[in-house]
Amino acid sequence: MKPAVAKILRSSVTAVLALVVIFALWEGYKWLGSQTGDTWPGTAVELPVSSDDIIMPHAGEIVGELFSDIRDGRSTLPLSLFLLKKAWFTLQEAAIGFFLGSAIGIGLAVLMLRWRVAEQGLLPWINVSQTVPLIALAPIIVTWGRNQGLPDIVSISLISTYLTFFPVAVSALRGLQSPDSAHVELMRSYAAPWRTTLIKLRLPAARPYLFPAFKIAATLSVVGAIVGEISIGTKTGLGRAILEFAQRYAVWPERLYASVFGAAALGLFVFGMISLAERLVLRRTDEVVA
Amino acid sequence: MSKGADFPAVQVNGVGMVFNKGATGEVAALDGIDLTIRAGEFVTLIGPSGCGKSTLLRLIGDLLTPTAGDVSVFGRSAHESRTGQDYGMVFQHAGLFDWRKVKANIELPLELRGWSRSDRGARSSEMLGLVKLDEFGDHYPRQLSGGMQQRVSIARALSFQPRLLLMDEPFGALDEMTREHMQGELLRIWGETGTTVVFVTHSISEAAFLSNRVIVLSPRPGRVHSIIDVDLGDRTPDTREDPDFFSAATTIREALRSVGGAE
Repeated sequence: MKPAVAKILRSSVTAVLALVVIFALWEGYKWLGSQTGDTWPGTAVELPVSSDDIIMPHAGEIVGELFSDIRDGRSTLPLSLFLLKKAWFTLQEAAIGFFLGSAIGIGLAVLMLRWRVAEQGLLPWINVSQTVPLIALAPIIVTWGRNQGLPDIVSISLISTYLTFFPVAVSALRGLQSPDSAHVELMRSYAAPWRTTLIKLRLPAARPYLFPAFKIAATLSVVGAIVGEISIGTKTGLGRAILEFAQRYAVWPERLYASVFGAAALGLFVFGMISLAERLVLRRTDEVVA
Repeated sequence: MSKGADFPAVQVNGVGMVFNKGATGEVAALDGIDLTIRAGEFVTLIGPSGCGKSTLLRLIGDLLTPTAGDVSVFGRSAHESRTGQDYGMVFQHAGLFDWRKVKANIELPLELRGWSRSDRGARSSEMLGLVKLDEFGDHYPRQLSGGMQQRVSIARALSFQPRLLLMDEPFGALDEMTREHMQGELLRIWGETGTTVVFVTHSISEAAFLSNRVIVLSPRPGRVHSIIDVDLGDRTPDTREDPDFFSAATTIREALRSVGGAE
């Protein structure tokens, strides 16, 4: 357990350090811009991004904004708590999207493993599916959902599902195909039926391939949920908050930046949860005895 | 006596094997193979690469189906024999499932046969004793050396007490010292279990040390060139320095030379 704790500690310190460096670069850039009038020092060439306080509010003010009060219905609370509340809704939609998408992804992979025809027929469409812009797809799903009388959370989760199934399907297929021929021949020598080989050999062998895909899928599920909220126009969730703050960006830019922090934090949270699950499932000692 | 005792362990009749038959890249791997392996024998298949010795082993195990002739194992067709799980198989690479503990690897075939947990546990401890890995049941395969992994793989193949053990260059990836040790262990296990062994190798000394009979195959397409009886009595480490051992090795070497296979 000790080395694991040290590892977590080390990565937390690294993360904080990285944040400090980003802040320093941010403020350094702003300072440079204010000194030169947004040009490269000694030239008339403009900086790529204007350093004024609307485009780039001070890092300190963005962080400070997290602790400033905001009205939420009839109550008033700090922005950080407000975002946390909104993130809770988004997390639920993302979680449904993640689990549904992963199940569909694994199901498709098994289908493609079982029938080569399915692989040849499905794989191109699975790839094409990801080129459809979410913005175009979202209203279709929403309208369909409302016609079916489904609550909006279902439609948002479906949009999230649409993003998550893809990396899982592709990686699961690779993982299921990963056992070498000796393993497959071994199962054949036991006269093991296809389903037994799947459960005892292919699925366990696919786990190291699945977890990286789960990590991508988890962060995508948050993106999908937020985009879904925005395109549906729900009354709650992080996406709604981001939409509102975006409309008032010109006068209150710190808020939008702070809410982006909220979205990033949620993404990091789900990523961390999957990493934790990976460690629990794939726990193995690497100590060599002989 | 058990069922099938009156039959030879393996009977190969006029077997031929052509890969990609009728397509481009057609390869005749084996042609006109006749072979009888008696129950309890230790038989080695040796030959230069491309002689189809691994293919022949897979035909006996019904992992491949011959394009000509037929194979029977203890009086049943190779297919019936595989679905009846008459044989255990050991590959060049141990092929252990690295997410399973050593014990669980040995129990895999028993699990597939629906044995109860306690029966499996009892048998795997017995098998761990047989391959002298008593203390390693709760280790994961990657914590073991190559030789130890291969012993686990042998324990797994023998766990359901098959009458036939098919081994495809099982010690090919081991260093010389480990290899000789494993050969001694295998002969001890063979003596204790009475299992029939068909063993593929390309090592002359291994063939001479292990077998009752050595089948020398010639390449492209693989044919039986000669069958050499080896009678060295009970093998001990000293057997390796016995003049009879050297003369057996010499006979095998000369047979291999005449089929154009360097060691």
